[in-house]
Order: sequence, then C-alpha cells, then structure tokens
Amino acid sequence: MSTLTLKNIVKEFTSGSGASASTTQVIKGVDLEVKDQEFVVFVGPSGCGKSTLMRMIAGLENATSGDILIDGQRINDVGPAERGLAMVFQSYALYPHMTVGENMGFSLKLAGVSKEERAKKVNAAADVLQLGPLLDRKPKALSGGQRQRVAIGRAIVRNPSIFLFDEPLSNLDAALRVQMRIELARLHAELKATMIYVTHDQIEAMTMADKIVVLQGGVVEQIGSPMELYHHPRNRFVAGFIGSPKMNFLDVTVTDVQAEGVTVRLPDDSESLVRVAGQPEAGSAVSVGDRLTMGVRPEHLILDDSGPLGGQVQVIERLGGVTSLYLASPDGSGDGKIGGLKADDQADSGWILIADGDVASRVGDNIRYTFDSARAHLFTSDGLALPSLDRHPLTGLTRQDNSLSSVSAAQATDV
Amino acid sequence: MMTSSTNSVAAASMAVNASRARRSVLNRKLVLTLVAWTIALMMFFPIFWMFLTSFKTEAEAISTPPSLFFTPSIDGYIEIQARADYFKYALNSVVISLGATLLALLIAIPSAYSMAFLPTKRTQTTLLWMLSTKMLPSVGVLLPVYLIFRDLGLLDSRTGLIIIYMLMNLPIVVWMLYTFFKDIPKDILEAGRMDGASTLQEIFHLLLPLTLPGIASTGLLCVILSWNEAFWSLNLTTSNAAPLTAYIASFSSPEGLFWAKLSAASTLAVAPILIFGWMTQKQMVRGLTFGAVK
Repeated sequence: MSTLTLKNIVKEFTSGSGASASTTQVIKGVDLEVKDQEFVVFVGPSGCGKSTLMRMIAGLENATSGDILIDGQRINDVGPAERGLAMVFQSYALYPHMTVGENMGFSLKLAGVSKEERAKKVNAAADVLQLGPLLDRKPKALSGGQRQRVAIGRAIVRNPSIFLFDEPLSNLDAALRVQMRIELARLHAELKATMIYVTHDQIEAMTMADKIVVLQGGVVEQIGSPMELYHHPRNRFVAGFIGSPKMNFLDVTVTDVQAEGVTVRLPDDSESLVRVAGQPEAGSAVSVGDRLTMGVRPEHLILDDSGPLGGQVQVIERLGGVTSLYLASPDGSGDGKIGGLKADDQADSGWILIADGDVASRVGDNIRYTFDSARAHLFTSDGLALPSLDRHPLTGLTRQDNSLSSVSAAQATDV
Repeated sequence: MMTSSTNSVAAASMAVNASRARRSVLNRKLVLTLVAWTIALMMFFPIFWMFLTSFKTEAEAISTPPSLFFTPSIDGYIEIQARADYFKYALNSVVISLGATLLALLIAIPSAYSMAFLPTKRTQTTLLWMLSTKMLPSVGVLLPVYLIFRDLGLLDSRTGLIIIYMLMNLPIVVWMLYTFFKDIPKDILEAGRMDGASTLQEIFHLLLPLTLPGIASTGLLCVILSWNEAFWSLNLTTSNAAPLTAYIASFSSPEGLFWAKLSAASTLAVAPILIFGWMTQKQMVRGLTFGAVK
C-alpha cells in the first residue's frame, strides 16, 4: 500500500538567541527506504534520535532539511493528519473524557463521517482487537493492556497507510509484552500495512522486524534484517548493541593476513584464524602487527579446560536452562570488574559466558574456555568490522518465515 | 512457655503503644478542630454581626453594650429600598461580573494555550510581567484611565466596567489557565492532531473538556473578584452602571452613619455572592487542586 523514503533528513534544535545561539544536530542526515508492508524497527540507546525521527515522519516535528516521501510524494509540508499515518504513543495518549468507542471514532468524527458509518468502522476495529465489550468504558476503567489495545484500535480505525509505534509496549509488564508482541505481528499480517516501530528493547526489535535500523547519535549505524545484524554487524557499536547479554571484546594483535582469514594472537600467545576479510568495507586494509578488537558473543564461548582464554568466575546467574558466568577478562586486565556491567564497551571489561544450565562452576573458580572462531568478529581500531568471508545461512530469513500464518498462506496457494 | 510469655509481653506493649499513638492522633485532631473553628468564627463573626444589625433599629444598632436580643424589624430594608433601587444595582453587578468573566476567559484561553503548548523563551517573562501588573496600585493609573474613559464615552457604562474588570482579572485568569493547561499531557493533543484536529478543534474537543474543572473554578474566582471590586466602580460610575459596591457606598452619607441601614444594604449586597460562593465551593476547591493529585 505504501512506501516511505527518507532522503538526507537533518534535524537541528536551536537554543539561545542572537549571537549566542547554538545549534544542536540530533539527526545527522538519515537515508532510509521502507518498502510496502514492511515492519521496520528503529532501535538505539536513549537520546539517539529514534523518537525524533519518528515524530518527523508523523509530522509532529519539522525536518530542518531533507525530504520525506510517502509513495514518492514529498510530504514535508503536509499536516500530520493529511499524511495518512496513524501513531500509537508510548503513553497511549487516550482521550480521558471519551469512552473507548469515542476515542476510536474521534478521527472519523472530525472527518465528518456519519454516526452509523462511524459505529460500523469502530465495531470492526473493536472486533479485531477484542474490544467489543469495552466500547462504553472510559480509559480510566481499563487495564494497561486494554488501553494499549484501544490506542492501537484508534490507529486501525483511521485505516492508515503507515502505522507508527513509539515504544508502545514499554509500559506493560513482561507477560503482557510477549502477548502484545505476538498480537502486533498478527495485526501486521492481517492489516497488510507498513509499520514503523521505535523501541529500545532489542527483543522486540529482533522478534518483530523485517528490517532493523540501528541509530546512534543521530546517525544510522546499520540497516538490515535481525539475523544480519546479529551475525554480520557492520561495526563495533552494532555488535555490542544487538544481542543480550552483550558481546565480549578483547584486544588482539594481527599475526597474519591471508585470503582465508586473519590470524590474531590471543593474550596467552596462542593464535587463532578468524575467517574475515583483511579490509573493512571502508578504510584501509589491516596488516601484521595491527591492534584489533576481537568480539565473541557470550553464547559462542565454550567451556574447555585446555582453552586459550581463562578467567575467574565473579558472579553466576542460574536461569535453569542456561547459566550466565560473569568472568574477569581473559587477559587479566579486567580483574575486579564484573563482566558486561561496564557502561562503555571497553575491551578491558570482564567477559560473560553463557553455559549449560547444569554447569557446576562456583564463584571464585578459575575456568578456561575457548570460542568458535567461525563466530568471532574482528574490529579495527576505529570500530569498523572486518567483513566475514562466510555469510551466515540464516541472514536471508524474513520475519514471515518465522510464523505459521505465512506457512499456511503458502500452503493455501499450493492447493 | 518462656517464648509465649515474652510474646504476650511484647503484644501487650505493642497494644499500649498503639493506643498511645491513637490517643496522640486524637489529641492532634482535637487541637486542629478547635483552631479551625476559632479562625472560622473570627472570620465569620463580622458578617454575622452585620446581618444581626441589619434587623435592628438605628437606636439599637449603636447602643452600648450591644444588644444581642431584640425584636427584629425589616424597617431598615424597606427604607433603603425606598431610597435606592437595589435590583438595578444588583443587575448591574451580575451583568458586569459575568461579562467581565466571559470576556477574560475568551481572551485568556487562547493566550494560555499558546503559552502552555507553544512556549518561546519569553513566555516565562511574559507571565511574570503580567502578574507584576497586579502589584501596581490601581490609583496610579486612575487618572489616565479616567481620561481615556471620558474621551471614549465609557464613563458610567457597563461596557466600560466590563472592560476594566476584565483587564484587572486577566493576569490571574491567564496564569491559572496556563497552569491547568500545562498539566495536560502533550501526547493527548498530538494524538488529536494525528487524528486530524485543527487547533480550534483541539481546544474545543480535547483541551476544554479536560480542563473544565479548572476553567470553572477560574471563572468562579473571576466572578467573585469582579463582584467585590469597589475601587473602579466607585471612580468610574455614578448611577447608570453602578454595581452593588457603589450601592453600599452611597449609604455612607454626609448626614452621618446609619448603621442599621448600612448593614441592611451591605447584607443585600454580599448575600448573592455569599450564597453563590457557598454553592460552588466544592467546585472551587476541586478546580484549584485540579491536577495536583493524579
């Protein structure tokens, strides 16, 4: 139904006046292409500009420069309502003095739609969201999950070409969040609409997105499918941001660069071949003797008594199925720092290892471990990833491949 | 055995503590109640005395010691009604208070809207400046205002008083509405804008219904302030547009003070606003604390 294109979007806020005026750029030239019926998720740390970007798409904020196009039409100067978008706010922003039905029908009322027509559309949307019995209640008398559904219903009634969600699940408890996540995915399939979703929760991003846009400091760090970001992060920020617990980092030295990969020296003087190209996407090739940062995800570390890395267990979190071991860093420099708890992802912070649920290690034990070199990442000193020589087989997966509805749809077309 | 006895001792001491705590709460309540009643009586007594005096004869009104028990008479009321038509003044008061209030709200709502939702760096300064005009003694601008009114033909006209009362109350009304509007989450108005509401629709469908308690109490306060205003009414009106404040003042005659008649006139003048205030006090309190507890 609808595509969205952002061309070199810049947003500046000016503070002060006259000669002392200072300009802060919060969005620094964002380009983005959203395809029809795509589910795009903006993620990033707080203050990265993801909400501002969405508000500019919604029309609640003006872009300082750049073009916003819907279906190829420039809409920078079109009012929010005329853009054919609907937005679900983090606070739900329901009208407290109106019933659920009135809330959902408000846009139609403003548009001058007749009462009968309005009731029909509101009822249809209420059916989709199982809100039928609540139509006469005021928002005050609803639970958090119900309010959330009303907010979504209010968006559905407008039959928008693009849905915008601004951290819609952050006020719900964990169980409800899981339920709403699945419900939103179902809605997306049912409504066949383009959806843009802002969140800082990477589980939401990974599970719902066709395409994730990782933002930091007003700059797009990477755009790609969830599996692509996980397996092939373009830089160290994305590598550290996607995945939980965070990726572990370690300083290493290059000892050999060959066609089949880069060999690096680990702290215990052993060497390891990582299958990555010797040159980042942009920038100069690495050479022997260069200092690189190696990144390995906690789930790709393997306990091994003769492994090249070692460290003292400082905290153990047993979740039953898996156990997280927080370790002093492998080169010993992170002594006293507990893995993954440092705010900046410095290489000298401790490591985290995800082991089997039945692992018998205790706090204070010195353990040794190894890693799957096929799953290791190397980053240059300016944070760029050396591209992997092997594409991960799942990077091409789309979100539809993960849900039954598409399978049954495929079967239906087969018949 | 040992533990059970210590337990029972502990329980007993807890019970003593609890009853002591309850007693101290009770004591505090008693003191607070007494203080509140004393203040209330002190404030209400003059009005009560005025009310009593209005039913006395002139002789009884000035007798010492003041007579508490007397045969009430309504002669005072009859006499003052014969001297000046109460209803003409009352009607002026009603028209002027309501007119000034409506006009003030009409101007203040858009102003407060823009200050609350589209603030600039000068908004706070503007608000303070508006409030600071209230610090200026009215008499300081009496002469210019009087001359302007004379030249515009507004002297002794209801329109003139409505304008001057509106100006007098505007800072307070804008300030109050501003704080009420500020409490409305921006998201709700933005949701309205996404739903296609124009600025006017935003105000009428969302903002006003949501802040109605606040607007109502602002209006009530404005009515009361306008009703009680005496300085401008005494200086700018003579007879045609004179409200009740001028009516009371007209009884302080050069022939000497007639306490009973003056009391009767005053009682008549304050009665409507007193009853009005009493009827709307719940609304006032609700509006003034609106948004304070959420």
